[in-house]
Amino acid sequence: MLLQIEGLQSFYGRSQALFNVNLSMEEGQVVALMGRNGMGKTTTIRSLCRIMPYRHGNVRFLDRDLAAMRPHRVARLGIGLVPEGRRCFPNLSVHENLVVAARPGAWSLERVGLLFPRLRERQNQMARTLSGGEQQMLAIGRALMTNPKLLILDEATEGLAPVIRQEIWAAVRELKGEGQSILIVDKTLKELMRVADRCTILERGANVWDGAPADLDGDIQDRFLGV
Amino acid sequence: MSRETVINWALALGLLAVPFLALMQGEPFYITLATRVAILALAGVGLNLALGLGGMVSFGHAAFFGLGGYAAGILATHAFNQEPLFAWPFMVSGSNDMLLIWLVAIVLSAVVAFLIGLIALRTSGVYFIMITLAFAQMIYYFAISWPAYGGEDGLSIYVRNGFPELNTLDPIQFFLICYVVLMACLFISARLRDSRFGAALQVARQNPERLAATGIAPFNIRLVAFVISAAMTGLAGALFADLNRFVSPSMLSWHVSGEIMIFVILGGVGRLFGPLAGAALFIVMEFYLGGITEHWQFFLGIILLCVVLFVRGGILGILAGRRVHG
Repeated sequence: MLLQIEGLQSFYGRSQALFNVNLSMEEGQVVALMGRNGMGKTTTIRSLCRIMPYRHGNVRFLDRDLAAMRPHRVARLGIGLVPEGRRCFPNLSVHENLVVAARPGAWSLERVGLLFPRLRERQNQMARTLSGGEQQMLAIGRALMTNPKLLILDEATEGLAPVIRQEIWAAVRELKGEGQSILIVDKTLKELMRVADRCTILERGANVWDGAPADLDGDIQDRFLGV
Repeated sequence: MSRETVINWALALGLLAVPFLALMQGEPFYITLATRVAILALAGVGLNLALGLGGMVSFGHAAFFGLGGYAAGILATHAFNQEPLFAWPFMVSGSNDMLLIWLVAIVLSAVVAFLIGLIALRTSGVYFIMITLAFAQMIYYFAISWPAYGGEDGLSIYVRNGFPELNTLDPIQFFLICYVVLMACLFISARLRDSRFGAALQVARQNPERLAATGIAPFNIRLVAFVISAAMTGLAGALFADLNRFVSPSMLSWHVSGEIMIFVILGGVGRLFGPLAGAALFIVMEFYLGGITEHWQFFLGIILLCVVLFVRGGILGILAGRRVHG
């Protein structure tokens, strides 16, 4: 088991955001975390990365309990986060963004350059001067440079031009083909269904549905995902 | 070559030229002035690492400056009196060898900075400023109340400490020692800034949470930077004590912390050669305006105010424009 979350509860101050989140992932799987806005997807991700503390429940990654770990320890265990909103390091160059977090493994500067040729072209440019799509690619590249066992993509295609979206989805499919485990949050259902092995739907901070993408029929979509 | 590189070279060569011009003009006093600039700039280079790159507004760097000074003073006094520093559990004698003194100054400052950093770096903002100040004041009052090494009166170094193969009593030679040390520390700073460590340190300033999410602990990065920063300032303190052949608690006072910070801010926070430009302007003003009026710091204050309000990049910002990366 790569990742196992049981009965996760998290709070923002005194207001509870997660009530009972359960999720498990095998190595090599792509799992889609779904749900409407405000249902707890990002909070789940932030909790499991220990960026925010969780109060109850169990999070185990590669059979290690993450409860007492500080965020950088979790990252070092092999969780590579691509946070919501293209969070690059704006005042560093593309090259610096990539090498600053690099840890040894299969992913290198060259390989990230092959996956995202645009990044190679803009090596010396400051991250803040990149377009939104390029920043997103940089954020993914940065996470890959840490050679994660689990890659987490939080809204990686949000607000991007359709052409750029396609490039990102192509990269995600390529990563999946190479056996990369990915936990993914996204709004584009169609593309998500093509790459995901399993889907988990959250509503009001708890799981309400779990299954294969093929079983996610129109009825369930309307109930839990429709606006 | 970028404009900033040109300015940096001009500053470096300018400082190097002053003592030789002074020698030709038969005005050896200016050699001492240039040496002061080099040493104080070095203290600033140290602080700039913490303040400029790491965003750690340390108001306690006088502690390291003074500790470096006392390392030089105490070792020299023991060597002069031929008394051992301590005899138990093993014999340690004093020394008048600059290289050894520098090593002691660097290690002492680094160890103290490590201990201070362990506590102070758990805070940020105004609390960090106050905690570093508080530690520096503790060391200041300790120096005042410890009679063994002169207490409030300070400690004289009767003969300037020696450097292998050089005559440190010759002002030009002592200047060159200080100059080379300054350039070496500037080189180290530049290498650190452009390294992965430097990149991580800048991110630790801007967004520690995001840095942690990539697997780097912001606290550790900051602590290492703080220790290196203190070591450089401590080394400057040892040189300063040798320049004046005197060390007193005034080197540890919070005024000194403020002055070091002024060098950095005047010159340009985070700019490699900023502390040199800042220290040079400070010394020039102190000397010329100080000759005209006792209240020269009034004008320093006005300039500092203008720099902070109107030119964020300090002197380097005026001369070289906005910072260009990489």
